[in-house]
This record gives sequence, C-alpha cells and structure tokens, in this order.
Amino acid sequence: MADQKFDLIVVGGGPGGYVAAIRAAQLGMNAALVEANHLGGICLNWGCIPTKALLRTAEIFRNIQHANDYGISVQGASIDLKKVVERSRKVAAQLNDGVGHLLKKNKVNIFDGWGKLAGGPAGSKKISVEKDGKKVADLVAPHIVLATGARARSLPGLEPDGKLIWSYKEAMVPQSIPKSILVVGSGAIGMEFASFFQNLGTKVMVVEVLDRILPVEDEEISAFAQKAFEKDGMQFRTTAQVKTLKKNVNSVTATIEKNKKREEITVDRAILAIGIVGNTENIGLESTKVQVKRGHIETNQWLETGEPGIYAIGDVTGPPWLAHKASHEGVICVEKIKGEKDVHPLDISKVPGCTYCLPQVASVGMTEVRAKEAGYEVRVGSFPFIGNGKAIALGEPEGLVKTVFDAKTGELLGAHMIGAEVTELIQGYGIARTLETTEKELMHTIFPHPTLSEMMHESVLDAYGKAIHF
Amino acid sequence: MPVKILMPALSPTMTEGKLAKWLIGEGDSVNSGDIIAEIETDKATMEVEAVEEGKLGKIVVPEGSEGVPVNNVIALLLEEGEDGSSLEGVDVGETPISGNGSTLTAATSEPAVAPVLKPTPSSTQVPAETLADRPDKRIIASPLARRMASQAGIGLDGLTGSGPNGRIVKVDVEAAITADISTPVSALAQTRASITESTPYEPEFELETLSTMRKTIARRLTESKQNVPHFYLTVDCEIDDLLRLRKTLNEKANGTYKLSVNDLVIKSAAIALRRVPKANASWTEDGLKFFKSVDISVAVAIEGGLITPVVRQADNKGLETISAEMRELSERARDGKLGPEEYQGGTFSISNLGMYGIKDFAAVINPPQACILAVGVGEQRPVVKDGALAVATVMSCTLSVDHRAVDGAIGAEYLGAFKRLIEDPLNMLL
Repeated sequence: MADQKFDLIVVGGGPGGYVAAIRAAQLGMNAALVEANHLGGICLNWGCIPTKALLRTAEIFRNIQHANDYGISVQGASIDLKKVVERSRKVAAQLNDGVGHLLKKNKVNIFDGWGKLAGGPAGSKKISVEKDGKKVADLVAPHIVLATGARARSLPGLEPDGKLIWSYKEAMVPQSIPKSILVVGSGAIGMEFASFFQNLGTKVMVVEVLDRILPVEDEEISAFAQKAFEKDGMQFRTTAQVKTLKKNVNSVTATIEKNKKREEITVDRAILAIGIVGNTENIGLESTKVQVKRGHIETNQWLETGEPGIYAIGDVTGPPWLAHKASHEGVICVEKIKGEKDVHPLDISKVPGCTYCLPQVASVGMTEVRAKEAGYEVRVGSFPFIGNGKAIALGEPEGLVKTVFDAKTGELLGAHMIGAEVTELIQGYGIARTLETTEKELMHTIFPHPTLSEMMHESVLDAYGKAIHF
Repeated sequence: MPVKILMPALSPTMTEGKLAKWLIGEGDSVNSGDIIAEIETDKATMEVEAVEEGKLGKIVVPEGSEGVPVNNVIALLLEEGEDGSSLEGVDVGETPISGNGSTLTAATSEPAVAPVLKPTPSSTQVPAETLADRPDKRIIASPLARRMASQAGIGLDGLTGSGPNGRIVKVDVEAAITADISTPVSALAQTRASITESTPYEPEFELETLSTMRKTIARRLTESKQNVPHFYLTVDCEIDDLLRLRKTLNEKANGTYKLSVNDLVIKSAAIALRRVPKANASWTEDGLKFFKSVDISVAVAIEGGLITPVVRQADNKGLETISAEMRELSERARDGKLGPEEYQGGTFSISNLGMYGIKDFAAVINPPQACILAVGVGEQRPVVKDGALAVATVMSCTLSVDHRAVDGAIGAEYLGAFKRLIEDPLNMLL
C-alpha cells in the first residue's frame, strides 16, 4: 500500500485532536486526522455535551416543580425518559456532524479507522490505519500528534457490567429511572450524574474516598455544595470506600467502609466515576521512546514526547481531564511545530474547571488552602448569592463567589464559585488572570446591574474590605 | 484664574501635533519642571515640562488626539487657592498668540501669554525615522507586572516581555528579580538600590535631582551599552600638514572665519563617509539603513549634560560654512535654544575631547547611529619615519562601531579613508 504523505497527522478526533488538525490546516499544513469511532470524541458524543442536555432537562423539571413560587400552576409534570435521552443523543449527533463539516471546510483529510504508529522512513513517522481488522491506509508525516483521549478507570471489584453497574456511558442512556443509585466518586462526572438522577426523583448516595466532595474545589465550595445537595435529599459518605459491589437480580449491594466500620447498602444501580485512565494501548507506542507513566503519556511543556516527532495532547497526557485544556494544547502543539510567534506553554492555573450539577460549580486558579500552602499571604473575599438582586429575582438565592488574592501583589490567585450560572461567569476571572490584572483593575471594572456578575465585583471588593452590598 | 496650558510648537515650522500621552491626571499636583505630557510630531516625540506649579484642573485635549493645532488650550492648571469651580467659564477655544509666540523659545520668554511649557527632548539626537519605527515608546506590561516591578524597585524599560506581542508579564519581572547579579537588568536594579538605600557608612552628600536631560542620557547610553555590540578601532593620524593648512587658511581669513581642528575633522569624517558609504549606516529590526546624506552629529558639552547638534550634509559644505555653523550651533546649544530638528537625525557622531588633553578614548555609540568617532588631542610624539625616530604631531582617533551594522573590515576601511584625508588634507579637494 502506497504511503500517503502529510505534514502532520493527528490520531484521535476529540476536542484536542480535531482542533489541532484544523489549526494545522489553517497554518497551511497538509493535515490528516484518524478517528476510530466518532468525530468530536467522548466530550461531544459521550461526555460534556450530552450530559449538558440531560442536566438541562433536570433543571427545567426542577424549575417546574417550583413553578408555584413563580406564580405558575403546573399539574402532572412528568419525565418521559425516552425523549430525554433521545434529545441528548440528537444534540450530540448534531455537533458530531458539525465537527465533520469544520474539518472538511478546513481541508483536513479524515481517515475512518484505528491509527497506530508503525515505524516509518527516516525523519518521518508512519501511521497505519485499520478498519474492521483490515488495513485501509498508510500515512506518513514528520509530525504525529496523539490525541487518543482517556476512558473511565475501573478497579478490581469495581467494574462496570453495563447493566447494574454503570460507567458514564450507560448512565447517559438509561432505559428507566432507577429508584436508587449509588455514585462512586464525587468528582465532576460523579456529581453531575448524582445531580441529574437526584432531580429526576432518584434517591442518590455518593461515596467519596477523600474527606470532601468535589475534592479539587476550594474547601468552602465543597462544604457549600454538600449542604445544598443534602437539602435536596442526597446522601453522602466521605472518607469512605466501596469495598465490594455485589450484583443481585435487579439491584446492587455495596459494602462501604468508613472509619473501619462497614455498612451494606442495596441500590437499583451503581455508577462508577472513580477517575480516568489514558488510552495508550494498541497505538504502537511500544517501539518508540514515548514514556507512559501511570496510564498517561509523558510530555514536556510543548507537548513533545520522548520520541522526536511524536506529540501528545489532551486527556491521554493526564489531568486535568478537560476538553478545553485538550483544545488549547492542540493549538499550542501545532503552533509550536509550525514555529509561530507568541506561543506559550499551557498554564494549568489558568485552566477553568466547571461542574454542571445543580447548583453549578466553577473555579480557576488556586484554592485558598493551596495558596497558603504555596506560601502566599492571602486576602480572601466572598459574596453570597443572597446579597445579589438578580439572584433573588431569579429565585436562585443560594451560592457563593469567593476570590483569593496575593496580599502582597494583588494578583488574583484563584476564584471559586457555586450557584446558578457560575459556569458562564468564571471566564471573567479567567480573563483577569490571563491579563494579570490586580484587584485594582477588577475594582475599576464596571459590572452591569442587575446581573449575577456583580457578585464577582463584590467578592473582589470584599477581599479588600470594601464590599457594598453585604 | 486657571492657567491655560497651550499646545507648544516643537519647531518653527510645526503647525499641529499629536498629544501622545498625559503623564499626569486631573487633580495631580504639578511642580515646575515636572514632565506632564508627551507630544509627537512626524519628526519627534517631546516631553513637555511644566514651568509653573499648581494642580492639573482639567485635561481639555485627551491623550491620543491627533492634529492638535499649536497654541490650542490642552489643559488648565489651577493655581494655589483655586478649585474646580474656577474652571467654569474658562474659554478653551483656540488662543491666538501674538507675534512670534509660536516657537517655544519665544513662548517661554513671554510667560504672560501662557505657554507654560517647555518641551525638552525626550530622546536627544534620535533621527525621526527611528521614532517612527518605534511609535510605542509606551511600555506594554500587565498591571501585575507593573506592580511587582515597582515593589521590587525594578524599571520596566530594561525588561524584555515574553507575553503576547512582547508584553511584560509576571514571569519577566520574577526573572528579573531573581536574575543573577551579572545580568544587566539586576545590575541596574542594584544600582538603583544602592542609590536609594544608602548604607550607614556612606558619607554625607547632596542629592541633585535628575534633570530630563540627565535621565535621557542615562537611558539612551545604558540602552546603547547594553544592547549595541560595540567594537573599537583606533588609528594615529599625523596632523602636521593639516595644522599647516589650517594656519594658512586662517591667515587669509581677515577675521571672517577661524577654522578649528574640529572643523577639519568634521569635514574629513564626512568626506570619508561619502567614500565608504557602508559606514553611514543604522541597524534596525527591519533591515540595515544606509543613509543617503551625511549628517554629522557633534557632541557639545553644555550645562548639566551634552547635546549633539547636527551639521547636515557636511560632505558638501565648505570649511568656512561648517565652521560658522558649528560656532552658531554650539552657542545656541549652550543657551538651550536648539530646536529638535537641529539635534536629531544625524547619521554619524563625533566626540572631541582633544581640548581637554585627552590622548585617546572610546565613546559610547549614539543610537541608532552605527559609528561614533572619538578624537583625542593633537600632540607631538616620537614616530618612526623611514627607519629613524622623528617628531610628528599625532592625533589618536577611535571609532566605536555597532557590529550589527558595520563589520570590522568596513570600519577599518572607513578609518583608513579618514586618516588619508586628515594626514593629507588636500585630498578633501578631490
């Protein structure tokens, strides 16, 4: 089979890979993209996007149940689960098509199949593409970008079976609403499913091995979130471990150990959300100098692996496992290869994190505790939703905006929010951090009234003892 | 009654200019001598110094305004005892200035008519095209970088920005703070620190505040020594023939002129540049500039510093003209009455310390020019002629060269041409 030559080949069509391919094409490179399953990757097909569609349903249903508070009387509202899931799948399909169009518009050559490194002539690398066990193409290029993503981690004894014990994938397409669910792991994925099912009427318990839920978030936010969920009836076991999951006929019995005491809980279904592991297998890394550590490909700041000419971006390189981090890395990687000016390595402290449970959680930069550990003398500001006119008008008086400043320089070290729409607000602090504003510029910024964003202003003012509305 | 601050004329021909930047804000106190604004013309950027004190009551012309006519009111200064209410009813329309009020020197001699401003060169001797190349004298830095630099006592002007479009960001300041003592940036910071943080062992002193000229000299020459890769070439020139020629010519002058050795040096340096045009150069990011005219900047010591008036097209001018021009330029330089067009835009510099008996020295290049010729004293020295010791009047000249623009061979060729002219001045006639 004749080799097809390209300037750059991307393996994996998720938010890291397809963005890298498009950026390469924009820069005049002849780019190829190899994808085995679906353009858009997990994010678009089985992650970020379809779960947002589901959570939107949960939010609307929740609002309808509170319709009376808004002066609307609604009777007999109920969930048509089939339609809910259908809508979620339709949204994913629409965006999947969109990615295909974008790639074609940018003249990226798409190869449908499994891409695998296969040696290659000097100065080049070869990717052989297989589909249904048959080789369909041999591609060569001097630069190969691995964007193969990641998958849910499973532990011995904690393995999904797709029926009673679910991974994110089954949880996304339920046939019926379980009466009770045990969610193992309280990170973003765990809490989004917990929140979704909770709002659909399922009795939910969340087990977290660490001492608090949403453990990457600021402690105050974790505590606030737990209280808010508990108010809705969710149950938690923190500093607790699920030892075994015993499958019954149509239920699961979990043995949970906390403080050396065990309890047994029987639920309809269990959802495993205990982390993520990179897709590093069967892509031909064995014959290269690419280093794999703890399930992820090691790279330097320019996303170069140990093998010259091979790069890795996104989830396969490790946490934070976020689509926007993958996309950004794709752009950095390609621009660096092309020798563009003004390319900067990714700064993890500027990657925002969002969790779309109800209430939403969003953050960027260091938590208060992290900042103190790092040796900063901090100034902390916080502002509650109850002090904000728009929040009250919306009927969303629960939430918090917290800011952490370096007392010495006024650098905004971190911002942490919980409450309605905070995932849409966090970018403001992201811009502030990227532009390296100090508290002064934030104080001088005029935030429109009445908006939730005013709380962002007030939180900054509060850090310096100047909050007006609380 | 608030004092009207008018748009100054930076040159006799200037009719309008751009108010590039306000360096103070409304409500700020102004002392005489403070730099309050920057004004740009197509030729130059100038800093505007206040000559009266008070409080800036109102900025009439915002920064960035282009085409501001000379003598328009650009701001109002509140005098002692006045407050904002005094601003009401002040006519800020165009204020015609009587008579010769349109040039700055005339204006400052008529304080009653209000141009309370004295433009001072913000960049002595910079040719216009360089300023046009660098319109953003503004330092681009993030707010955090600015604050951290000021807390650490580091000037941002010495830093290289690693952010988008060269923006100075936090890491750049951090790097400067932790930089090794040998790096220029921290060396600068060290110097600053040693000035501001006096040790208990320091003897008593009188602190003279820095004039604009002193700051300009400090900034430009530091920039030059740090950024321009200097190398130095020295030749000894026998000037007995030149001295004889000078004497002969001066005897015929009947008092109409009196040529100095320096006049002959200017002429020789200019003709040598015409003969070796590659030395008449300037390095820029975009490419090497080779100037079409030979404009010689001549360093003149003045009260509180120095300035370099330019003898334009010196290669085409007779010695009498050069001499007369130099005399006139030096006088007006000492009186502080040079216009920017008279000291900016030279293509080559001469610094002569011969009159102080200096035998030989190396001058700091005057950016963006590529060469400066340092001229020592002409003195009798033993020389070897035809295998025997003899006495000749010898003048040592050292050329400092920007290696980015001019290589050693070109510099040597230039000095050779110069030496031939100086040693056999009749060559100037060719």
